[in-house]
Amino acid sequence: MKKVNTTGKSAANEAAAIKRRDFFRILGGGILVFFSPWDALGIMALPADQARTLTKDYNAFVHFAADGSVTCYTGKIEMGQGIINSLPPMMADELNVAIEKVKLVMGDTELCPYDAGTWGSLTTRSFGPAMRAALAEARGVMVELASEKLKVPVSDLKVENGTIISVKDPQKKITYGELAQGKRIERYLTVKPPVEDYRDFTYVGKPRFRTDSVEKVTGKALYAGDLKLPGMLFARILRPPSHGATLKSVNTAPAEKIAGVKVVRDGDMVAVVSENKDLADEAVAKIEAEYTFSEMPVNDKTIFDWMLKADTSSSVSNTAGNIEEGRKESDVVFEHEYHDVYLAHAPMETHTALAVFEGEKLTVWAATQSPFGLQDGLAQGLGMQRDNIRVIAPFVGGGFGGKSAYQQGIEAARLAKVTGKPVMVVWSREEEFFYDTFHSAAVVKVNSGMDDNGLIKFWDYHVWMAGTRGAEQIYEVPNRKTTSYSRGRNAPPVHPFATGPWRAPNNNTNTFARECQIDIMAARAGIDPLDFRLRNLKNQHVIDCLKAAADRFGYTPGRLPSGRGIGIACGFDAGTWQATIAEISVDRNSGKITVKRLVCAQDMGLCVNPQGALIQMEGCLMMGMGYALSEEVLFEGGDIKTKGFDTYEIPKFSWTPEIECIILDRKDQAPQGGGEPAIIAVGAVIANALFDATGARVFRVPLTPSRVLEALKKS
Amino acid sequence: MAKSITFTLNGKKTRAEIDPDQTLLWVLRNHFGLTGTKFGCGNGFCGACTVLIDDEAVRSCSVPFGDVQGKKVVTIEGLAVNGRLHPLQQAFVDNDALQCGYCTPGMILTALALLKKNPAPTRAQIIEGMDDNLCRCGAHPRIIKAIDEAAKKMKGGK
Repeated sequence: MKKVNTTGKSAANEAAAIKRRDFFRILGGGILVFFSPWDALGIMALPADQARTLTKDYNAFVHFAADGSVTCYTGKIEMGQGIINSLPPMMADELNVAIEKVKLVMGDTELCPYDAGTWGSLTTRSFGPAMRAALAEARGVMVELASEKLKVPVSDLKVENGTIISVKDPQKKITYGELAQGKRIERYLTVKPPVEDYRDFTYVGKPRFRTDSVEKVTGKALYAGDLKLPGMLFARILRPPSHGATLKSVNTAPAEKIAGVKVVRDGDMVAVVSENKDLADEAVAKIEAEYTFSEMPVNDKTIFDWMLKADTSSSVSNTAGNIEEGRKESDVVFEHEYHDVYLAHAPMETHTALAVFEGEKLTVWAATQSPFGLQDGLAQGLGMQRDNIRVIAPFVGGGFGGKSAYQQGIEAARLAKVTGKPVMVVWSREEEFFYDTFHSAAVVKVNSGMDDNGLIKFWDYHVWMAGTRGAEQIYEVPNRKTTSYSRGRNAPPVHPFATGPWRAPNNNTNTFARECQIDIMAARAGIDPLDFRLRNLKNQHVIDCLKAAADRFGYTPGRLPSGRGIGIACGFDAGTWQATIAEISVDRNSGKITVKRLVCAQDMGLCVNPQGALIQMEGCLMMGMGYALSEEVLFEGGDIKTKGFDTYEIPKFSWTPEIECIILDRKDQAPQGGGEPAIIAVGAVIANALFDATGARVFRVPLTPSRVLEALKKS
Repeated sequence: MAKSITFTLNGKKTRAEIDPDQTLLWVLRNHFGLTGTKFGCGNGFCGACTVLIDDEAVRSCSVPFGDVQGKKVVTIEGLAVNGRLHPLQQAFVDNDALQCGYCTPGMILTALALLKKNPAPTRAQIIEGMDDNLCRCGAHPRIIKAIDEAAKKMKGGK
């Protein structure tokens, strides 16, 4: 049996501590094993309003049922990223049970123990190992129970395919299901993940196709907006024309004239409700409202100066050596400024929620990455006891970080309370593009130097408003410093609207700046950009990624600009290393870039589901072309100009390049994140490929045709 | 005002007393419970709400319900026969050509209309035919492959 650290805890104490609901009433008996992976989740940063006392809580459990099935209950949610496929192989392997017997119940605050949220590519790398450790222990619990029942010592028992068998007398055996029959047993475990021997795995490491695809291709998969309750009303809420606008006066009479529509108010919220969605849409547009405006004097063009002038506080990290010494040792010095823009998440499913009150009890089905966060938000927003609130996240139609915010769930609940009816809130696309928590615009200034051999001597890196994810120095630089500037304490807001995490939060910004700067240095040194990187790297993970990508690409060295349109970049995110190579063509008349090929190699440690990981990589590369080439939130003060897919252009079929993804075989290493790393270098590889093709450098994303034309003129 | 509309819905003769000015999208979802047809943008830019009307791919968010009078409407729920997936659905499954799955019904129906017109499309024709359907997860390469594979399996059939 595998060794895990456990400390026994009194079930009674724990039950009291976590206000355990009557699981057996819901589940109908069986054996429950609770575990708490929080010890393993030190890297998890929680938004302040969601901070709970985590260490005391058991945030997941596994249920052995009489029918032989084993179900893991977790507050994680499925939004397309595929953990619905990556958790079951780990469960099946640890429990020695057929994967068909393994089930998952996700994202239901009533059934699933607390989980902060699904983000940060954390499910497989952090939750996964903790779950595996706990399941190994759970298997031990089952073997002990079998030992008592079969009167065979534990040491003489083995588990095969869900059956516990005596090694000496194979006639003596009992299945998980038989053991669970008529039982009501609870066990509590605190576990630390052991290092697993991958050679024992049956399912982990083997490609596994999606298990939800039949539901999704037949239209049967249910998303929050697909639910319907008797008497349900659709709501549309009156929205201000811009962030920072305050409602001065409102005339709802024109909306009230529409039969079948009711105008409702709750505090400052004015809404229309109707059983007919189209009528609600029509009515909300008829409301006449006047606003007072107090907007920030900033727009999408002035934002960078605005940030540089903002009242900020700074923090220094990644320091080594002495910048001034490095400057003296340098033969060539570089100083460049890079800009990144606000981005929308733009999931295909807008923020949606259905809320219903039954007496004191509130249930909300929501498109959310954080069911428990929404539960907390509801408790606060409606002044309710958390125990009276149940949040369920059905299938989520894309998140990318944007559904960490859950305003729509609170709106639906408030309106359900006021109307006394079930209320469905489906944000329009315009609302989605308005209330989205955008990826932050940012400024990066890099001052660096190298000697005549192309060795980097110093790296003085300054980043405004993006933070330092991805700003870790991956190259061997003896003298280095990162200074990160963010909004100062008590300083006025910098952004005219909400910002939040966007797939690989801000790593895109930092990787873009670093990898463009590296390319500029390589060009000046007259050294092939792959060679230049390899000369300055010692980290074997990223060296292997670069070599694997170059090998697959069929890369041949060339001096920048070679005229070929090939760009290289590499980086690190969510524990995973990667290198990407792009090949593009540029229309010199229109400035339009066409990406012909993207090759990405990734070292993510043990890859639990190679099929799912490949798809995440492909998705990252496709999505990354958006921030690289077209995506940008345009605004004037709080007025968002890009509120539709006609003005905010996301990648399309006609953009699809040839995509090749390589996952390095690292079965002996701990699993790392897979949902985000492949997106971080897309901006840099395309900017670097543009330089290689034309000698023109664009210092900001997105590389729109007009910016490319402008750079071509300068080059 | 409600009006009697007669049409064929997923092969069945159907009559409904509904305001003909309501959008087909919300009538399908809210009245007929066919929630496989998704709301994505409400102004025809994304394709999540695509259905077939007389074999043409149409954005149901931009069609008044009254327009389907006397016509044949097919939604994603009408494709599988006796639980057997349509070759396009099967090809999406076989190629893992989806992630969150929200755009998937619209993708499949747009592809179906494309294959009805052009049973043996080139890769370029598939891309052109699908270009106005948006997917945020980035399943594009797999969707192209799935449609190509389905076209070959269907061999110009239905």
